[in-house]
Amino acid sequence: MLFTIIIPLLFAIFVPAFAKWKDKIHTGYFVLLVPLSIFIYYLQFIGEDFQPISASYSWIPSLMISLSFYLDGLSLLFVLLISGIGTLVTFYSIYYLHKSERLGSFYVYLLLFMAAMLGVVLSDNIFVLYTFWELTSISSFLLIGYWHHRAASRYGALKSMMITVFGGLSMLGGLILLNVITGTTSIQAMIQQKDIILESPYLPIIMTFIFLGAFTKSAQFPFHIWLPDAMEAPTPVSAYLHSATMVKAGIFLIARFLPIFVLNEWFFVVVSGIGILTLCWGSFMAVRQTDLKGILAFSTISQLGLIMSLLGIGTKTAIFAAAFHTLNHATFKGSLFMIAGIVDHETGTRDIRKLGGLMTLLPISATLAFFGAFSMAGMPLPFLNGFYSKEMFFDATLELHDNPLVGAQLLGQAIPYLAVIGSIFTFIYSMYLVFGTFTGKAKLDQLPKKPHEAPLGMLVSPILLVIAVIVIGLFPNLVNQSFLAHTAEAISGYQIEKNIVFWQGFIPPLFMSITVVVLGALLYVTRKKWSKVYTVIPGNLSFNRVYDKIIVGVETYSSKITNSYMNGSLRRYIALIMTMIVVTTFVTIFATGGFQIKTDDLAEVSYAEIFVAVTMALAAIGTVFARNKIAAILILGVVGYGLSLLFVIYRAPDLALTQLVVETITVALFLLCFYHLPNLRKTDDTIGIKLTNGIIATSFGTMMTLVAISAHSSKWFPTISDYYVETSYKLGGGDNIVNIILVDMRGLDTLFEITVLGIAALAIYGMVKLRGEKEGE
Amino acid sequence: MEIIMSILSGILFTTGIYNLLQKQLLRIIIGTALISHGAHLFILTMGKLKRGAPPILEYDISQYTDPLPQALILTSIVISFGVTSLLLVLAYRVSKRNETDNMDLLRGNENE
Repeated sequence: MLFTIIIPLLFAIFVPAFAKWKDKIHTGYFVLLVPLSIFIYYLQFIGEDFQPISASYSWIPSLMISLSFYLDGLSLLFVLLISGIGTLVTFYSIYYLHKSERLGSFYVYLLLFMAAMLGVVLSDNIFVLYTFWELTSISSFLLIGYWHHRAASRYGALKSMMITVFGGLSMLGGLILLNVITGTTSIQAMIQQKDIILESPYLPIIMTFIFLGAFTKSAQFPFHIWLPDAMEAPTPVSAYLHSATMVKAGIFLIARFLPIFVLNEWFFVVVSGIGILTLCWGSFMAVRQTDLKGILAFSTISQLGLIMSLLGIGTKTAIFAAAFHTLNHATFKGSLFMIAGIVDHETGTRDIRKLGGLMTLLPISATLAFFGAFSMAGMPLPFLNGFYSKEMFFDATLELHDNPLVGAQLLGQAIPYLAVIGSIFTFIYSMYLVFGTFTGKAKLDQLPKKPHEAPLGMLVSPILLVIAVIVIGLFPNLVNQSFLAHTAEAISGYQIEKNIVFWQGFIPPLFMSITVVVLGALLYVTRKKWSKVYTVIPGNLSFNRVYDKIIVGVETYSSKITNSYMNGSLRRYIALIMTMIVVTTFVTIFATGGFQIKTDDLAEVSYAEIFVAVTMALAAIGTVFARNKIAAILILGVVGYGLSLLFVIYRAPDLALTQLVVETITVALFLLCFYHLPNLRKTDDTIGIKLTNGIIATSFGTMMTLVAISAHSSKWFPTISDYYVETSYKLGGGDNIVNIILVDMRGLDTLFEITVLGIAALAIYGMVKLRGEKEGE
Repeated sequence: MEIIMSILSGILFTTGIYNLLQKQLLRIIIGTALISHGAHLFILTMGKLKRGAPPILEYDISQYTDPLPQALILTSIVISFGVTSLLLVLAYRVSKRNETDNMDLLRGNENE
C-alpha cells in the first residue's frame, strides 16, 4: 500500500522534466499513468470475500509514529474514487489546459494532492493521518491559486487554506487527546478501546475538535463559505478536489470514527443536525447562483450535508446509503463539473444568464448533462443511480431513534420534512442548471466565442462517468455485495446486507420522492415569482462578511501590535532584548533560589590586581562620559591593556600576548577610522531615556555579576579540564596545553574561527573597494 | 579575588550596554568592545583564578590553572577583533554614505 502513496510523489519529481517537452507531447499523458495504475491495482480487491489488510513500517518509534496503513471497505471506496476520478480528471485536463499554461506546476500539485489524499484514507496512525490531511489542504491551496495572477484565485486559495487548516489544527487537538486517553496512535486500536473513550470526561472536547476538522474540510454550514470561492481553480481541479475527493475527507473522518462516537447520544444531534442544515441551506442557495460552477459548488455543499446527516443517523440503512451516495455523487457531480468546464471552454462564459439553447450546438454535452442532473435530482427512473441513494436517504430519515435527548427527539421528528425540503431545492437547481444552459433561446450575440461541440478527448471522461451512472442505475447490485457491503461494514463495524431494488411498493419514501418531483417542478416553473424570498433570507446575512471581518481585524490588530514595538529603531530592539534577558534571568534566579555565594574557596587578593581592576573600572566608566573621540578610543585602550595585565597576573601567557597584539591593532584601526567619523556629541536624549538606559545597563551588569558569583560558588559536575591536562602531551605532543586544545583537540573550532576572520576580511576589503569605485564614477 | 573580578566584569558589561544604547555609531562600537572584554573576564573567573602554574607542562609541576577557559577566550579575542574591525569599517561606510552617524536617522524607509 505504501508504494501507491509514494509513486505519485516520486513521479512528481520527474514531472518538471517531462514538462520541458510539453510542446511536443502534453505532460498529462505521462501523469495519466500514475492514477491509472493505482486504480487497476486496487480494483483487484473488489470481491465478496474481501478482507481488510494492514501494513506497517517503522518511522519514529520513540513517538509511537509508524507508517501504518489499513485497507478496509471504507478505504477501498475512497482509494478507488481518488484513483478512478483522478484518471478521468487527468485525461480531461489534457484537453482543458492549453500547452502554454504552466503544466509542470499543475501536475506536480495534482500528484502531491493524490498522494496526500491516498495517505489520508489509508493511514491507520493518527499523526500520519493528520500530516496527510494538512498536505491535502496545502495542495488544494496551490491548485486553487493556480492562476495566481487573478485576485479572486488568491482570495479563494487563502480562504480555503485558512478555514481547512483551522479545522485541521483543532482535529489534531482531538487526536492528541484520543492518544493520551488510549495510549495508542492506531485508529483501529482506538476503536477496540471505545469504552475507555466513551467514559472519558474529555469526550465532549474530543468530539468537538474532531467534528470541527471534519465540518471545515467537508464544507459544512457555516464553514461552507470557502467552497464557492474555491471554484476559481481550473475546472478539472474543481471536479476532482472540490467535489469527488478532498471535500469528502471530512465524511471519511466521521465514518472512520463512527464506531466510537455513534454510541454517544450527541453524535446524532450534532452530525445529522449540521448535515441536514447544510443540505437545506446549500440547495436553497444554489438556486440563486448565476455561475454554473457556483451552482455546482453549492450543490456539492448540500450533497455533502446529505451524506453527513446519513452518517449522523447511523442506522444500517443510513450507513449503507451514505456509502452508496458517496459513490453516486462522485459519478454524477464529476460529470456535471466536466460539462460545466466544456461549456465554459466552448462559449467563453459560465454565466447562466448569458447561456441557453446550447442543446443543438453541443448535443453530446447536453445529453450527458441531462443524465447527470436528473440523477442528482433523484428522478425516479430505473437507470439513474441518484434515485436509489435518494430513496434510501428518505428511508433512513424515517427510522425512529430511541435517543433520550430532547433535541434528538425534535430533530428525529423534523428530519424527514427537512430532507424533503432540501431535496425539492436540489430538484429545482438541477433543472435550472440543465434547462437554463441547454434549452430556451440561444443568445449567441452575448457569448464571447462561437460555440461548437467539444473535442472527443474532452468528452471521454464525462461519458465514462455517465456510463457509470447508468450502469449502477440499471444494475445496482453490481456494486452491492462485492463493494458497498464491505464499505458499510467497515464504517459501522458489523455486517450490513441491503437489497437495492427499484420498485419497493407504495411505501413512504416513494411518496416523498413524488412530492419532491411535483413540488420541485412547480417551484422551478414559477421560480421568477418567488425569487424575492432571497432578499429576506439570507438578505444581508452573509458568513463571507463575518470571515472577511475576522481576517481584516486580525491583520489590523496584529500589525498594530507589531508596529508598536517594531519601530525600526535598533536601540529600541536592543533595549527590549536586554530587558527580556534581565527579567527572565532574575525571575528564574528568585524562583529557583539559584543565587548562592561561597567565600571559602577564593584566590587571595593582591594590591597589584586591585590597582589594575580599579583603573579598568574607571576607564570603562570614562568611556561613557568622554566627549572627545580620541580620548574615548584611548580610554578604551586602557581597558584592553588592563585586561592583558590581568591575563598576565592570572597565568594566561597566551591570552596576554594575543590581547596585547589585538588591542594595539584595534586602537590603531580606531584611530585610522576616527578621522572620518564625526566627533562625539553631547547626547540630546532626555533625562528619562538616559535613566532608562542606565537602569537597563546597570541591571544587566548586576545580573552578570550575580551569575558569575553563583556559578563560581556552585560546582555541580567535575571539571573536564583535567582530561586536557593529562592527555595534552600524549595526544597532541605539545607542552602548551592551550595551544594543544586549540589546534589539536578543538582543531575544527579553530578552523571555523579562521573562516570567520576570513569572511570579515573579505567584507572589509569589499567595503573599502566599494568606496574606490563610487569615487571613481 | 573572584568576587572582585565578577564585579569588574559586571561594571564592564554595564558600561558596554550603556554605550550600546547610545545613538552614535562610534559609541556603539566602543560598547561592543567593552562587552567582549567583560565576557572574557567572566569566562576566566569561572575557571577559578591563580590555582597553579601557567598551563605549560613542566616536569616538576602537577597543578596548573584551568586551560579550557583560556582556550575559549583565545578564540573569542580573535573573533571579537574581527567583529570590531568589521563594525568600524561598516560604521565608516555608513556615516560617509548617509552623512550621519545617528542611529535614529539610520532606520531605512518604508519602501525598502
